[in-house]
Amino acid sequence: MLGKTANGLYWMFRYLERAENTSRLIETGQRIGLTRAERSDDEWKPVMKTAGVYQGYTQKYDSLDKQHAIDWMLRSKDNPSSVLCVIATARQNARLVRTAMTQEVWEAMNGCYMAVQKALAKPVSERDLPAVLGLIRQRTALVRGATHGTMLRNDMYDFARIGTFLERADATARILDVKYYVLLPSVFSVGSSIDNVQWETILRSVSARGGYRMVHGNVTKPRNIAQFLILDNRMPRSLSFCANKILSNLQYLALDYDSAPPSLAMANATVARLAQSDIDDIFDEGLHEYIQCCLKEFSALGQQIEIDFRFYE
Amino acid sequence: MSEKNIFDEMWGSDGQLRAPYAEFNTWFEGENPARLRAKQREAEEVFRLMGITFNVYGRTEAEERLIPFDIIPRIIAAREWQKLSKGIEQRVRAINAFLHDVYNRQEIIKAGRVPREMIANNDAFLPQMLGMTPPGGIYTHIVGVDLVRTSDDDFYVLEDNARTPSGVSYMLENRETMLQMFPELFAKNKVQSIQNYPADLRRSLAACAPAACDGDPTVAVLTPGIYNSAYYEHAFLADQMGVELVEGHDLRVVDGRVAMRTTRGYEPIDVLYRRIDDEYLDPLSFNPKSALGVPGIMDVYRAGGITIANAPGTGIADDKAIYSYMPDIVEFYTGEKAILKNVPTWRCSETDDLGYVLDNLEDLVVKEVHGSGGYGMLIGPTASKKEIETFRRKLKARPNNYIAQPTLSLSSVPIFNKAGLTPRHVDLRPYVQCSPNGINITPGGLTRVALKQGSLVVNSSQGGGTKDTWVLED
Repeated sequence: MLGKTANGLYWMFRYLERAENTSRLIETGQRIGLTRAERSDDEWKPVMKTAGVYQGYTQKYDSLDKQHAIDWMLRSKDNPSSVLCVIATARQNARLVRTAMTQEVWEAMNGCYMAVQKALAKPVSERDLPAVLGLIRQRTALVRGATHGTMLRNDMYDFARIGTFLERADATARILDVKYYVLLPSVFSVGSSIDNVQWETILRSVSARGGYRMVHGNVTKPRNIAQFLILDNRMPRSLSFCANKILSNLQYLALDYDSAPPSLAMANATVARLAQSDIDDIFDEGLHEYIQCCLKEFSALGQQIEIDFRFYE
Repeated sequence: MSEKNIFDEMWGSDGQLRAPYAEFNTWFEGENPARLRAKQREAEEVFRLMGITFNVYGRTEAEERLIPFDIIPRIIAAREWQKLSKGIEQRVRAINAFLHDVYNRQEIIKAGRVPREMIANNDAFLPQMLGMTPPGGIYTHIVGVDLVRTSDDDFYVLEDNARTPSGVSYMLENRETMLQMFPELFAKNKVQSIQNYPADLRRSLAACAPAACDGDPTVAVLTPGIYNSAYYEHAFLADQMGVELVEGHDLRVVDGRVAMRTTRGYEPIDVLYRRIDDEYLDPLSFNPKSALGVPGIMDVYRAGGITIANAPGTGIADDKAIYSYMPDIVEFYTGEKAILKNVPTWRCSETDDLGYVLDNLEDLVVKEVHGSGGYGMLIGPTASKKEIETFRRKLKARPNNYIAQPTLSLSSVPIFNKAGLTPRHVDLRPYVQCSPNGINITPGGLTRVALKQGSLVVNSSQGGGTKDTWVLED
């Protein structure tokens, strides 16, 4: 398998995951806006920060408002992380590695691109937004489904999975990074309705409300939320779950290639550290610092994988 | 149904249904036009979803276009095909012999059948190829001979396309689409299968492996990249053959072999089916600015470390100026008269010919010697006075750059449009594979059709479409 092909598959699935995460964030932002008492578009700032697109937004627009924020995240061609751009990039990578995927995966990817291009050709009104976000989720899910259902479980699949989980780990860590302060104990507003909305936001942006309820019941506690999103191995978007998936795919590669590259050792270390972590210790030592440390580790791991498997020259 | 004086492959010259179309016509008459129109749209959707698109040069990167597909097949009888394929085989044999000769002993020049300056002063002639024989003695691993038909019996070769003929993916996808949309048609008509093309191609390429290859030959397709107009085809062929699709930056010379960068390190390639031009193949030997090729690949090639398909320098055989010598070339190497006709050609490099061409521009087709894709040509009968005068100036300035031919009355095949069946001009590009094991011609080929009424330009870059091409079983 070509290094370029591994690179293309990895990024195709990273971008697909990113499209899904961004559309989930937009949905959260809209939802918060609707359920809030006071009229304010302030919530879009942390939403865009989480998606890593706030700085670009401020360069283009002078003021913060909902319509511009949604358009920026959803379909702006000036924002390389907009859903429209990210889907186009995913599809471009798929074209590049067309020979590495089954016909069904390619058609699902191309179909996703065509549907999203059409749905996002014009600005999306608030009324149409839920349907459009639903379409994006469905179309990306089809690509994932075709991948699971038709692709050989060989090195190609491993790279697709590593891309997916590195992107997902990064997304969950960013949500925590931007919102960590609402999870900290505060003398002022503990248990207030504002906190509840904020906690809700976090769970919503990782599609974890139902899962959280199953595990922790109806009482929303910041410490439980943090535990759920960082350490719970049943939660498919938690840092620990993602790290474990990355590790197992690197292990398959190591077995397949009969070698133990540095990235494997790094993934092992990350998984071990998460496994030994206790949520109380994390809070004692600093939630923010802990998440920062995770973000750095995932980023370094991604770079090492690119080197180990010769993605570039 | 047919235009005056034009041979229609369905209705002949006299409006009588021709035999190969009999079954098809019965089916067609029983069909509801509205259903067929829906099928036509459905076909376009399928093509778009599968990403069977081409990029148009000079447009934005994002623009990918469909080649229009027409659902009416072009049907060729077994008897017609036998004669055609004999003619093609003879021609391809002669081309390979010619190439070996001009790069080695040059007997044909010594015999005075082709002037030395036609070879020596030709940009397509590569001195780097002198004195070497490619692995297996094969120069043109893949050929796409462009043919046109003018009557029941007359086929002409327009071009030999001995460099890197494209379009074979459309031939295969067109058939696939027809099979999916109209399975009942294939039950009624026994159509010769083309589906083994990719597997045959891999076998044919592997049979040309170089001396350095030990074991099962590793084949790869070399593409200029995702923005190339034929990228879809490159990916399609690599996929269908089950080989890697590589770009120049995936390759480098390692231990005297051309090797590709894989996730486990560099692995040598035995046979490279390259879809980039000679000029870009090796910056050390040819265009030093090329980033598409592999530095040093020509040294490896000359040392027997890799097979390049088609061989560098094959362009000398499909050059439009050499074309006019093809009847001589066929006779010189095969000892037989050419089975397929050549279009009479005036070489503007010769004073008498140039005079004739300048006097008769409004009746002639004038082509650039190195042009392709229907660009840079003049079609006298349909050109405006102004276009003709502009071309006259170009011709006088660089006569060596042009050849001229009479306008042939190309045959037509009906397309399906709002008016029902409507005749449009077509050409035919059969695909030929060559290896030491022999010459293999896929029955049929790619039919290109000029969608505009009366137009003779079938190139996809100029608004042409394609059809499925059937060769019936005997």
